[in-house]
Amino acid sequence: MSSDTKFTGQKFKSIGTSPLRPDGIDKVTGRARFGADINLPGQLVGRILRSPHPHAAIRSIDTSKAEALAGVKAVITSADLPDLTNGNSELFNILDNCMARTHVYYDGHAVAAVAAVDATTARKALKLIEVDYELLPHVTDVDEAVAKGAPILNKKCFTEGVEPKPRKASNIARRSEFGHGDVEAGFAKAAVIIERNFRTEQTHQGYIEPHACVASISPDGSGELWVCTQGHFVFRQHCAELLGMDVSKLRVTPTEIGGGFGGKTHVWTEPVALALSRKANRPVKLVMSRDEVFRASGPTSATSIDIRIGVTKKGRITAGDATLRYASGPYVGMWAELGAMTSFACYDMKNVRTVGLEVLVNRPKTTAYRAPSAPMAAFAVESMMDELAASIGMDPLEMRILNAAKKGTRSSYGPVYGPIGIGPTLQAAREHPHMSAPLGKNQGRGMACGFWFNFGGQTCTDLNIAPDGSVCLTVGTIDVGGARASLALVAAEELGISYDQVRTVVGDTSSLGYNDMTDGSRGTFSSSMATIMSARNAIKILKERAAKMWDIPVEKVTWEEGCAKAVGKKYGNLSPLSLAEIAEAAPNTGGPIAGHNELVADGAGVSFATHICDVEVDPETGRTQVVKYTVIQDAGKAVHPTYVEGQYQGGAAQGIGWALNEEYVYGEDGRLQNSGFLDYRIPVCSDLPMIGTQILEIPNPNHPYGIRGVGETSIVPPLAAIGNAVSNAFGVRMTHVPMSAPRILKALDEAESKKADETQQLPLEL
Amino acid sequence: MTQLVNTQINGDAVGFACEIDETLLDVLRNRVGLSGAKEGCGTGDCGACSVILDGTLVCSCLVLGVEAEGRKVETVEGLSDGADLHPLQTKFIEHAALQCGICTPGFLMAAKALLKNNPDPTEEEIRYALAGNLCRCTGYDKIVRAVQATAADMRGS
Ligand code: FES
Ligand code: FES
Repeated sequence: MSSDTKFTGQKFKSIGTSPLRPDGIDKVTGRARFGADINLPGQLVGRILRSPHPHAAIRSIDTSKAEALAGVKAVITSADLPDLTNGNSELFNILDNCMARTHVYYDGHAVAAVAAVDATTARKALKLIEVDYELLPHVTDVDEAVAKGAPILNKKCFTEGVEPKPRKASNIARRSEFGHGDVEAGFAKAAVIIERNFRTEQTHQGYIEPHACVASISPDGSGELWVCTQGHFVFRQHCAELLGMDVSKLRVTPTEIGGGFGGKTHVWTEPVALALSRKANRPVKLVMSRDEVFRASGPTSATSIDIRIGVTKKGRITAGDATLRYASGPYVGMWAELGAMTSFACYDMKNVRTVGLEVLVNRPKTTAYRAPSAPMAAFAVESMMDELAASIGMDPLEMRILNAAKKGTRSSYGPVYGPIGIGPTLQAAREHPHMSAPLGKNQGRGMACGFWFNFGGQTCTDLNIAPDGSVCLTVGTIDVGGARASLALVAAEELGISYDQVRTVVGDTSSLGYNDMTDGSRGTFSSSMATIMSARNAIKILKERAAKMWDIPVEKVTWEEGCAKAVGKKYGNLSPLSLAEIAEAAPNTGGPIAGHNELVADGAGVSFATHICDVEVDPETGRTQVVKYTVIQDAGKAVHPTYVEGQYQGGAAQGIGWALNEEYVYGEDGRLQNSGFLDYRIPVCSDLPMIGTQILEIPNPNHPYGIRGVGETSIVPPLAAIGNAVSNAFGVRMTHVPMSAPRILKALDEAESKKADETQQLPLEL
Repeated sequence: MTQLVNTQINGDAVGFACEIDETLLDVLRNRVGLSGAKEGCGTGDCGACSVILDGTLVCSCLVLGVEAEGRKVETVEGLSDGADLHPLQTKFIEHAALQCGICTPGFLMAAKALLKNNPDPTEEEIRYALAGNLCRCTGYDKIVRAVQATAADMRGS
């Protein structure tokens, strides 16, 4: 079976075309049902009470007044949920984040919830809940959290990954290390060594649709949940475990999803909505406000990265060393580890070491955001690449080409690469007209590279053939940006039929086997693999049925262009049987025809990109405008090129927002200052230029069609590409993201005064 | 306090009862059963709730339901004529100007309002006219192209 999934170099008919998406009309007419569009008869409105404090012990919660309010049907606190204090720590953390047990750890941490007949009553009820807090010192900054004397978030947190196990509690929850060779010996060979600290601020995925769900638990203990999610099977698992239900008794139906980018991979309000429904015996709808989305759903990590790289005079890297501190909120995650793994992944390095430190802070729990942790690490490494190139008088693009990893290179995080796209994207950048386009006044050009692993995971699909020969493909991965169209193309390709004959639906948790979360750019990669295998299984049956209809041996039947054909001298003159003809005869040849497949999609080929951008910096205001942008990325094989382009453009736009403007701002009081789209300003239409794309196709050998994931890599290079462009515009190295107007002005001022100092000192030295 | 309100929504006379502090967005979604307009922020910053009120583009989350008394409301549900899509709807699909699609109803209404006042907008004019509508998925490139293509199409016909 595993050999079946290898790339065979086949020529395609459907793959690589860009037909219209099947859900397009629903989405332009307002018919599509997103999370908040679901309603059930008798449904109540759920609302959550959240902590106004960044860190406090909960002495007591009095809900009696809220319970007594007319129209309130249920009030819950952590006491209404299982106590997992001594259980599985991962589950405990998920539950504790959904509803605080003994402590609140951030501004916005949930402490209680109500279900009422309408929103006004629910709001009133929240005001009647009395929480007695004992305030504790807090820390929100990643560097302050690791400094001596910082308030400790969790007295039971002893740094993992350090031998011997520390005996003192710390905010460093985990240490992870990657690399090979001898770093110090490598530095000894370097002509130039540069060492710097880079910082990036916390950002949010900023999906336009806030989290929303409708939960309904029947008195018999079975339940249903409608929710906008990237992983309904994982939500089912977590919700059932947190509520003490049998997993199969909870049916989760994913709604259309209004963006996720990693932020809808975790349960937040869903277990709370289910618990409210269980207590109230009615369906409960729970929708987060935008303020809640910012304060209490998982943003990305703020980081502080110390980095050192050495190169020879000719530009070959001799050693690289980085210590990456990633803030993870109050619970341990894997963010620093991912940062440490991705940081040097673009380059062929003999001596490399990265250390990731996972830092607890009084901010919301960090979650994945598109290529999680990679953009920050790339900001540090790719900024350094430019600076090092300048120090030896080499072109930064040429220096990257010289050091690029290739097939057979041992990656900085361990595995040896197969055929990869970093070299080709750099070559394409070198030849791209953008590289030689003229620049205007106050403009600078920058480029940077990026890497992401991609992921496969558990996948299950069904391909059912209807009596008229049309095909319904059921997948368990969420369609976040056109995947149904891409998967219909794959089914059509494999069966040899037209795209229009296939309908793809995302099945609920009761209709398919378990599917992993739709993350890691796995949707099209893994579900297409399972779709191909399902189609092949269906074709096997279709051939058997045709053989039966013809009454000939099945070995004499082949499948070509959507038809069974009889082969050989004896049968070759039989006219082919179409899929529709075989389907129509199914009642007499053995019943319905379907193909199924369950697999762990291994071999998600890694992905690389090179971005080029031009910026214009206004020296008066410090405002930076991106005036031209180009994305060059390897797709393995672009199933639906227009949507691949869309992924490239969307990722680049998010990266531009991160680079220039987006950040969480916390006050001295530990409260989030900008929890709305007015003050947390993501790029708007007038902030951006058209975003050019170039799709490269270096087939992934571990996928039958050569497909790689495409969704995430595009957000990795922009931070550094823009940092490099700004530096080239003004000769000032930006080391802190976002490069907002005040930060750019400050950097310009500092550079000016340094220059002034130098010229003043000059005569004295003479 | 509940009030009775008479309006015209997408050409039909519609009466509803709402609380005086209820937004037009909530009324449309929860009382009239038109969930095409979306709530992305509730504070007038994202444009997902954009509708046209007496010919003017508004954020329906910033308008009270009672303010719609005697006025004409156009929502995304009224954009197509039966099964015949509006050219904007067709071009948005053709140009892949939507990924997740949550921002799409708002963009369509904003683009409709733009093209009514300015049938031949420049790229810059399109970008500024749509700057009140957030899209996190597309990077706007394909949205701008879809609006350009619609404008050309509508001028041609
Ligand atoms: S919901 Fe009205 S502008 Fe965002
Ligand atoms: S398509 Fe997702 S927000 Fe615009």
